[in-house]
Amino acid sequence: MSVNYGSKRTVVGAHYGLRDWLSQRVTAGLMALFTLIVLAQVIFSRGPVSYDKWAGIFASQWMKVLTFSVIAALLWHVWVGMRDVWMDYVKPVWLRLALQIFTIVWLTGCAGWAIQVLWRL
Amino acid sequence: MTELAKKRPEFRNINALTDLPSYRLPAAGWVSILHRVSGVMMFLLMPFIIWMFDTSVSSEYSFARFKAAFNSGLGFVPGWFFKLVALALIWAYLHHFIAGLRHLWMDVSHAAVSKEFGKSSALVTLALSILLTLVLGAKLFGLY
Repeated sequence: MSVNYGSKRTVVGAHYGLRDWLSQRVTAGLMALFTLIVLAQVIFSRGPVSYDKWAGIFASQWMKVLTFSVIAALLWHVWVGMRDVWMDYVKPVWLRLALQIFTIVWLTGCAGWAIQVLWRL
Repeated sequence: MTELAKKRPEFRNINALTDLPSYRLPAAGWVSILHRVSGVMMFLLMPFIIWMFDTSVSSEYSFARFKAAFNSGLGFVPGWFFKLVALALIWAYLHHFIAGLRHLWMDVSHAAVSKEFGKSSALVTLALSILLTLVLGAKLFGLY
């Protein structure tokens, strides 16, 4: 990378540091763990997956709390990922900003819907 | 300047339409670009994923509607189309998951950061994600 300090410091774009890299991995780890927990409950249940069994997986309070934090992790993870994609391929600033705003609206909307579904269970 | 330095090849920005089709990516390159493609796919299909979560988990009635959508369709959308989209999501998730684990492993292990491991783990990622997609796809479409 060229000079990125003092008056030449890049103040827009990615954070060029530990924070995004680490958050991407921590959120990924949490989601992977969640995947295994849900998968294990589906695989080790006997017989066909009925509604009661499927909804029962998400019904307990600890699972709701875990799912909630996974939704938050997903939101963060996808934001970093999509922002990187837009920054790599979309050069006009107005279009990139528009796409980033779209990403934020899309993600917060989806997260809100998912949390609503979760919390009325 | 030496003769060697003068004859150095020059690389310019590549054009997506004229250059990319003739470029041959190594296995790790395919894993990398497919990691992006699968991520963007899941991002765009996120409302469908939450719709599946919503209908499958909200009530007994909606659970039946969820099953019916995949078996006999919903509105003007046939059931096989739901299954096809779900299959695309299954592949995207598996590829993203396995390629992500490969990333994490390379982050924690210095031994994993080598040309050989890069290639072999990339091939494993590609093969495993496609194989598991085929197995789950056969189940989804009722082949066993």
